[in-house]
Amino acid sequence: MADATLQHNAAAAHGVAGEYEAPLFGAYSKKVGMWLFLASDSLTFGALLFAFSYNRIYTAWPTPFGKESIINATIMTACLLSSSLTMVMAVFAAQRHDSSKTRLWLLATMVFGTAFIVLHGMEWTHLIHEGLSLPAFPKPAGQLDTEYAKISKGVPQFAATFFGLTAMHMLHVTIGVIYLGVVALRKWFLPILGVIYIGAYFAIPADNVFHYAVHALLIGLIVSAVILFLKPKDYDAHDVEVSGLYWHFVDLVWMFIFPLVYLMSTKI
Amino acid sequence: MATSATAHAHAGPQGFIRKYIFSLDHKVIGIQYFFLALTAVFVGMFLSLLMRIHLIAPLASLPLVGEIKPETYLSLLTMHGTIMVFFVLTTAPQGGFGNYFLPIQIGAPDMAFPVLNMLSFWTTFVGFVVIIAAFFVQGGAPLHGWTGYPPLSAVQSAGPGEGLGADLWITSIAIFCLASLMGALNFLTTTLDMRAKGMTMMRMPLTVWSWFITAILGLLAFGVLLSAGILLLMDRNLGTSFYVPQIIVNGQIMLHKGGSPLLWQHLFWFFGHPEVYIAILPGMGVTSQILSTFSRKPIFGYKAMVYAMLAIGFFGFMVWGHHMFMSGMSPYSAFAFSLLTMCIGVPSAIKTFNWLGTMYKARIRFQTPMLYAIGFVSLFVSGGLSGPFLAQPVLDIQLHDTYFVVGHFHLIMGVAAIFGMFAATYYWFPKMFGRMMNESWGRIHFFITLIGTYAIFMPMHYLGMAGGTRRYSQYTEVAYLQKLMPIHQFMTYAAIITIAAQFIFVINLFWSMFKGPKASDNPWEATTLEWITATPPPHDNFGGVTPVVHNGPYEYGVPGAARDFVMQTDPPVASSGH
Repeated sequence: MADATLQHNAAAAHGVAGEYEAPLFGAYSKKVGMWLFLASDSLTFGALLFAFSYNRIYTAWPTPFGKESIINATIMTACLLSSSLTMVMAVFAAQRHDSSKTRLWLLATMVFGTAFIVLHGMEWTHLIHEGLSLPAFPKPAGQLDTEYAKISKGVPQFAATFFGLTAMHMLHVTIGVIYLGVVALRKWFLPILGVIYIGAYFAIPADNVFHYAVHALLIGLIVSAVILFLKPKDYDAHDVEVSGLYWHFVDLVWMFIFPLVYLMSTKI
Repeated sequence: MATSATAHAHAGPQGFIRKYIFSLDHKVIGIQYFFLALTAVFVGMFLSLLMRIHLIAPLASLPLVGEIKPETYLSLLTMHGTIMVFFVLTTAPQGGFGNYFLPIQIGAPDMAFPVLNMLSFWTTFVGFVVIIAAFFVQGGAPLHGWTGYPPLSAVQSAGPGEGLGADLWITSIAIFCLASLMGALNFLTTTLDMRAKGMTMMRMPLTVWSWFITAILGLLAFGVLLSAGILLLMDRNLGTSFYVPQIIVNGQIMLHKGGSPLLWQHLFWFFGHPEVYIAILPGMGVTSQILSTFSRKPIFGYKAMVYAMLAIGFFGFMVWGHHMFMSGMSPYSAFAFSLLTMCIGVPSAIKTFNWLGTMYKARIRFQTPMLYAIGFVSLFVSGGLSGPFLAQPVLDIQLHDTYFVVGHFHLIMGVAAIFGMFAATYYWFPKMFGRMMNESWGRIHFFITLIGTYAIFMPMHYLGMAGGTRRYSQYTEVAYLQKLMPIHQFMTYAAIITIAAQFIFVINLFWSMFKGPKASDNPWEATTLEWITATPPPHDNFGGVTPVVHNGPYEYGVPGAARDFVMQTDPPVASSGH
């Protein structure tokens, strides 16, 4: 890694080497930019986690998650951890200039990321069906005498923090998958994303929140199209490494959310 | 996603749209920010004029707007605060002048991420359009003040402007947060990675340091406000209860339950206090630059200035609680917040001392930028001195909801920062537009504005100590406040005159842009890098060459030098004292 960084300095992206001061942290601009973004984003998640803790302290916090939820969340965690490994492989492949391997490892990462999103979406649907809900969500017909329904009524902060935190994280994973897709496939990713968007919109029934949340993919599609239009060049090892930084950060955030939201609210 | 090499190699764009509208050139983007802020400041100023007139004649029917009802007064107050804080105080000094001059002053051809820079401006623009739209929707603009305290801001039925208007308000702020984040990481990366040979961190002009530190604050503060805003939107539209306890609004029991309005206050002020320094730090930078240039002396204590700014930024994140002494916090926390707040007095005093030291025994050139820089120091001291009063929990509880606080933050955060912008405009106008501004009108503008500013905001301190509460729309109905009406009348007349004087500035600005005398490359005989290049600078700032820096930024009056100033790119001289 060290000599890769040195190479970046020489290339330091500023035209002729030696005309500029050495970058203060010895990293090329895009990497510095990503690190700074992550610093800012960790404050954003920090504020949400602060809101979670603040509510948790001042409330008799329920602990409803049973075996089913925990097993599911554990599988999701395993997906994310594996995706970090494949991401590292992608970065190594990119540094060897092996572009087909890079693409394969990136696609593997995206598959794990997508698996995470799908599992999480099913978990949400299940919980909403069981009665854990926000007032604005579509209501399932009948029932509403379950434990989760009582919690939603008695401690509304539980559902609010659960959905708020995990939605923000799921949004980040989605952005990450789209980001990796753009890095891996460039403009060929746009039609794939379009098909996924339309397919998901029609496959998910209208009484499910994801029927509406799926529009985030459309926004992602538009933003990626604009970026690809403005920057039509091919990706290089730097792009892969920088997208890797983002991906590992999203995984790291999950390592805070998993114990705080799930494990600490397990049925004892 | 390109490496900077290809990004910077971009040729001068052809065609009106790529050159002036969706430009990637940091100079064009800086000017776009500047005019956005100029538009915003006139909107904000007009709102304050309406408020001031309403305060002395609450039942009068005004042209255009008719009679101002109490809730309309609160909307005016909210929108005045929000527009001024976000779209003027944050936008102009950092987005405007920072964008234009940070790359030039460090010898870079452009920002590190030109596309991000363009997106950052257009996102800010969308934010501005969204907040202006709040005036025109059903129910009008929100009335919860720029701080947006829940439950008022979190319940749709809480007031006339709290429906769609408040949704647009918080959406606009969220958009602004994203724009500021993009801007901040661009500023930081550019400063870290793109300094010309010889431009070490300790040779950067203090303006660059101030923009750099402001960007750090913006990077860390706006992310938190973004989260707070998302939670507020959830409370408003998804029925969650982060900020709302069980309450009754207009006789109806709300479905909310168990939330805490204090959570918003913590998150908001964790952003809100650094925001004060985001507004004022660039002013400090430009004041240092101008005082040194027009005193023809090196800045007194360059390193102390840098460390003082870093200290102010650092402490800025640890004092948010002093906005919340009224919330019934534990006396121990109040003590800690109070003590940390007082600590900020130390670096502030260091800065003031150094500014005075710079001017001491100097042959000062009293041109308009210098007058405004001195005005900045004056307002910084006057507004700053009431800070330690408000840092005392016991005094703050007495003064918090009075005009004392209004006077305090308008002097230090509002007008002082605006004086910094005026100083910057008069100082850099020749470089930005290639012509000189009119000096006589500049001086007239300065003296009316300085005296007017003090006439508006000093009486607020007396008013506050006499118990004049803030955010009331009609003082004529309250017996003990009626006696204070003459003070209100005086402030309103002062405000009308001061606002009228701002048209001198605007006319001077636009007249000079087209008719002013041509400016030379270095009209102020200053030393930093923007003055070595052509006026206005070419597309890549230095016409294909990269400057090599040999000297510190403020080498004035160096013994043995041919002139009384040594440019940063001149052959090295023995440093003259810092």
